Amino acid sequence: MSILETSNVGFAYRRGPAVLHDVSFAVTEGRNLAIVGESGAGKTTLLRLLLGLASPTTGDVTFDGTALLRERAYLRSFRRNVQAVFQDPYSSLDPRQTVGRILAEPLRSLKIPGAAGPAIAAALKAVDLPADAVSRYPHEFSGGQRQRIAIARAIIPGPRVLLADEPVSALDVSTRVRIVDLLASLSESITVVLVSHDLGVVAALCQDTVVLERGRVVEAGATESVLRSPASPYTRRLLASVPRLSAPGTEAR
Amino acid sequence: MTAVVALEAITTATRRRRSWTLVVGLVLFGLVLATAIVSLFWLPYDPADTAGSRLEPPSLAHWAGTDRLGRDLATQLMIGARIALAVGIGSVAIGAVIGITLGLVAAFAGRVLDDGVSAFLDILIAFPTLLLAMLIVAAQGASLWSAVLAIGLAMSAIIARLTRILAKRILALDYITASRTSGTGMWGIIWQHLLPNVWPTILVNLALQFGLSVIAEASLSYLGLGAPPPNSSWGRMLKEAEGTVLTAPIGAIAPGIAIVILVLGLNLIADGLRDIGDPLRRVSARAVPAPTTEGPR
Repeated sequence: MSILETSNVGFAYRRGPAVLHDVSFAVTEGRNLAIVGESGAGKTTLLRLLLGLASPTTGDVTFDGTALLRERAYLRSFRRNVQAVFQDPYSSLDPRQTVGRILAEPLRSLKIPGAAGPAIAAALKAVDLPADAVSRYPHEFSGGQRQRIAIARAIIPGPRVLLADEPVSALDVSTRVRIVDLLASLSESITVVLVSHDLGVVAALCQDTVVLERGRVVEAGATESVLRSPASPYTRRLLASVPRLSAPGTEAR
Repeated sequence: MTAVVALEAITTATRRRRSWTLVVGLVLFGLVLATAIVSLFWLPYDPADTAGSRLEPPSLAHWAGTDRLGRDLATQLMIGARIALAVGIGSVAIGAVIGITLGLVAAFAGRVLDDGVSAFLDILIAFPTLLLAMLIVAAQGASLWSAVLAIGLAMSAIIARLTRILAKRILALDYITASRTSGTGMWGIIWQHLLPNVWPTILVNLALQFGLSVIAEASLSYLGLGAPPPNSSWGRMLKEAEGTVLTAPIGAIAPGIAIVILVLGLNLIADGLRDIGDPLRRVSARAVPAPTTEGPR
């Protein structure tokens, strides 16, 4: 069953050219979806539309079968269900707030009932951070730990969908693996929509893939078939541009 | 290892020295503030009392000497402290309220309003404070309030432009987007994220502007655009000492030193606040490195 869906979505910034054209795809509950494309393909814009932060110029974004509304009460319930993790863990946490306050914000703003303390402790445990992190400030943590804090903030309202905008591209390689592992373990209960141009991460995490090129969907389907037998020339180019390690002695002579 | 120890020593020393700037600044400012408060209850002489002999040098009876009318200069300095602080506090209040509000409006506004406000601010900043003061004095007459209004309005343009730039930069950061997806509304974002993050920089600037407003008030009074007699402001004392600066320099030196003490104090406070406001210096109660979960397991 599809949770989030875009049908014929187009988007243009004011007085600018269209950045998305006729984009249609569905996020199916329980199947992680990757949105793949090069820089400037419109991935982040699409994510903003999926988050209800901007409205499409044409077409609809639907959540559970109904188009997103602008009403406060509706948005509150929508945001409980759809949360996000951003690319840069250094700019996604307010430097003047303790981790405890950062994690309490969605609970307070989305009016989620129950005590904040236990919920925050549970979220920290879920992302493998120590419980005493609540009283610390973001600058006391490393990049990977900050991304864990951002993930904790996203999962604290108990969302069904987690939209992740290049969540590991700002991290070093070994940290990247741990964050991907964390997202994989979370995706047992949350459907992850991953915006990325890292096909390795996509293959590890997502069952479905949508390939965007200059604002259009050029390929969509199961990740395995998209990566194994790409139909569009653009996807083939994207696959060819993945850096490979060549074994010693097999380099081009 | 030695390098780490050396680095720690330097950091601690720097921090200590910087906290000293705040302490020294507060002491200097406190000196002026205390003088102003005392002047409300007690003055050595009546400010209009011309009983002393003219241009007397400092003595036990007249700590800072007398002016050419035989009035006690220490009394005038004490009243001047009151005026300087009143003008500073008044203009900073006007500058902060108008400036921060206008800056936030511009930061949140659409392009047309933002451009309009920015153009208005540029004109106001380019407009000489002196001319603004003359216009206000022409409309309202020379008074303490005219000086406060002129300095406050000129300051509000500077604070508004600063607030706008800082707010725009912060609004573009991911933690604001994250706050929106966390369900926080515009006012919540302003109170919880925007103001706490722009405030330290603005506070430092307000302290600097306070110092500048003391100088501006002295300039306005010097030109006769400030508080009229019998209020003695430091600027007017300088003006009155102009003719006798070579024969009785104390009349010019004393208000000059008073201005330096207050402005230097405020600048040191601004400096100290800048360091305290840096979030990277803020460490939780237990200042030990967070245990890493990212290392090899």
